[in-house]
Amino acid sequence: MTKNIQNKSRRDFIKTAGATTALTAAGVLGAPLVARAAGSVKIGIVHPVTGWAQYSGSQARFGAQTALDEINAAGGIKSMGGAMLEAMLGDAQSKPEIGAAEVEKFNEGGASAIVGAYASNICLATTQAAAKHGIPHVVDVGVSDKIVSRGLENTFRFGPGFGAVTKAGVENFLAINAAAGSPTKTVAIVNEETTGFGAGIAGIMTKGLAPAGIEVVEVLSHPTPNKDFRNIALKLKEIDPDVLIPSHYYNEGVLFLRTLQRQKVQPKAIYSVLGGASSQFRFVSEFPDAAQLVMDCNHWFDPSNAAALALQAKTNAAGLHFNYEVFLAYTAMMFTVDAIERAGSGDRAAIMEAMANSTWEGSIMPYGATKMDNGQNTGARPLVTQVIGDDIKVVAPADYASAAPIFPRP
Amino acid sequence: MEFLGITLPSYGWPTIAGSAISGVFLGSIYALVALGLTLIYGVLHIINFAHGALLMLAMYAVYFLWSTFGIDPYLAMLIVVPGGFFFGYGLQRFVIGKASHGRDEIILLVTLGVSIVIENAALFFFSATERSVRVPYDLDGIDLGVTWAVYPELAALGGSFLITLALWVFMSRTDTGKAIRAVAKERQGAQLMGINVEHIFAVTFGIGVACVAAAASLLVPTYAVHPQIGSLFVLIAFTVVVLGGMGSFVGALVGGFLIGITEQLGRLYLGESLGVITISVIFILVLLFRPTGLFGAKS
Repeated sequence: MTKNIQNKSRRDFIKTAGATTALTAAGVLGAPLVARAAGSVKIGIVHPVTGWAQYSGSQARFGAQTALDEINAAGGIKSMGGAMLEAMLGDAQSKPEIGAAEVEKFNEGGASAIVGAYASNICLATTQAAAKHGIPHVVDVGVSDKIVSRGLENTFRFGPGFGAVTKAGVENFLAINAAAGSPTKTVAIVNEETTGFGAGIAGIMTKGLAPAGIEVVEVLSHPTPNKDFRNIALKLKEIDPDVLIPSHYYNEGVLFLRTLQRQKVQPKAIYSVLGGASSQFRFVSEFPDAAQLVMDCNHWFDPSNAAALALQAKTNAAGLHFNYEVFLAYTAMMFTVDAIERAGSGDRAAIMEAMANSTWEGSIMPYGATKMDNGQNTGARPLVTQVIGDDIKVVAPADYASAAPIFPRP
Repeated sequence: MEFLGITLPSYGWPTIAGSAISGVFLGSIYALVALGLTLIYGVLHIINFAHGALLMLAMYAVYFLWSTFGIDPYLAMLIVVPGGFFFGYGLQRFVIGKASHGRDEIILLVTLGVSIVIENAALFFFSATERSVRVPYDLDGIDLGVTWAVYPELAALGGSFLITLALWVFMSRTDTGKAIRAVAKERQGAQLMGINVEHIFAVTFGIGVACVAAAASLLVPTYAVHPQIGSLFVLIAFTVVVLGGMGSFVGALVGGFLIGITEQLGRLYLGESLGVITISVIFILVLLFRPTGLFGAKS
């Protein structure tokens, strides 16, 4: 009897334990799925918030998080019955391999989409890792043309790539130069070469400027991070080009422009293409003399857009700087959310399809309707800005200009 | 001009001379960071991975003294140098010394841990935002003909000589300096002679951190402060210490200049990225012919 009871008890125990385990497993594993369907959609936000790109990465994270918070405050995803967006934050530590590892965590955590990852080399790694799991990945800042030319169906970029920005930079520069009586005969390019975002600038510039009789006399590349620009300043003194075209990240941009100032290198103009510091309010406020009259062909918001100005006020109120990282990441998140809204689910494939077919027009950027071609928004375009006094003005193209360019520098 | 099959660019002598001079200024910065390290690493053989983090912390202290109280970075030295000494003393006496129990491999891990804690605490409290000091003399300087030498660079150069001299005098002429050397050479023997080894270790570490604090004051007018700034200099500082000779202050100074000039000329001819390999080349060459470094004593 005892044996029976013991046997029965053992069987009962096994049954009960099995059922409990199964229920627990269902509860643990199933709960997020249920929660996701009913109440939330997870979005991975990956940026380098430590390491050499920490400043810009933190700025970008703020932009993406702000967009996400605004959507949630406005009632979440309407087509999913008000499902809330849930941010999964990742730190790429300014290293591509760490960024890729963060994507693996997002996948395990059930992210429906990813927004990130600031630097081109990190974006190349994160998009590839996301492709492995079929997670749609919207690149916010990374401009390397390689990002959208690898045939990855999951990869989308809402802003313009490096090639498009450089071509626009050439066109706008030629127009500004011609309007000033064509004083430019020679230019020198100073670009970063570590993350590869500036690869090909010399080729595009040489080809674009040659018909106007402007020669690219020197291309001076440097690593990122870089702690000293004196050699480059010395070379520029010897070459003495009419115009300097820098293209690098914020820290290097600040150090470079300050070194030029210290070494009394004074070209007719500094016309950056994706210059890290050249159109940053923070640089203007901290080093107004070094920033004065520096031009930059870069990502820039539509200055007449009320939502853009509201975001600017919110960014300033948070003690941050309204730089391109903020509004590009913000826009990338908004583009992602629009796709989720139209997909009506957190399903990765459905979101990807919605992104590929997007015609979204609600952006704070001067882009018009979205049209994706192999993951690249072909409507995206940069603007040319110039630091005038304590402000940054749009000086080209004319339809967005808020001031006339001062070129060459007096 | 060709070198190892690579066609090198040709520059006029003003550019070459200017580059060499800029190497001296860069070298003075390396030397400044290396001087504190050579004391800790070279004399006590503590591989202090927290050296870069301590430099960063001192730079933040200088920055906040400037931004909060308007204290000039150079005057801030009067506060951060003693502050650095006491911080370093406490760190060695109550954290590194206690946790490591004198075992080298544990010291290495503890200093690595301290560095991670300091860097992440800085990130948490100060954020990733770079902070720059603006001083009125930032752009003023002397025209050397081939290049401009601005006052912050000249101050760093002068500071590296003064700190070297001060350390040399301290180590060779004072009782504490002699005690440090005694502990470095024969710990047990020093203890038997009545020297408090733990105290001397902490004093040495404190002086090393005080040197870093002085370096921070001299660096802040040129370099923006952020939680990763230390890592830009610390690896090269380790190279400078070994190249100059472990524990040699003159070696750290000369090694700093040698590395600085080599790096700048390498960058001039080989490009900004590739040129950095010249540091490794000169490092290997020196160690091949002088295994103890330029000014290192034979054991």
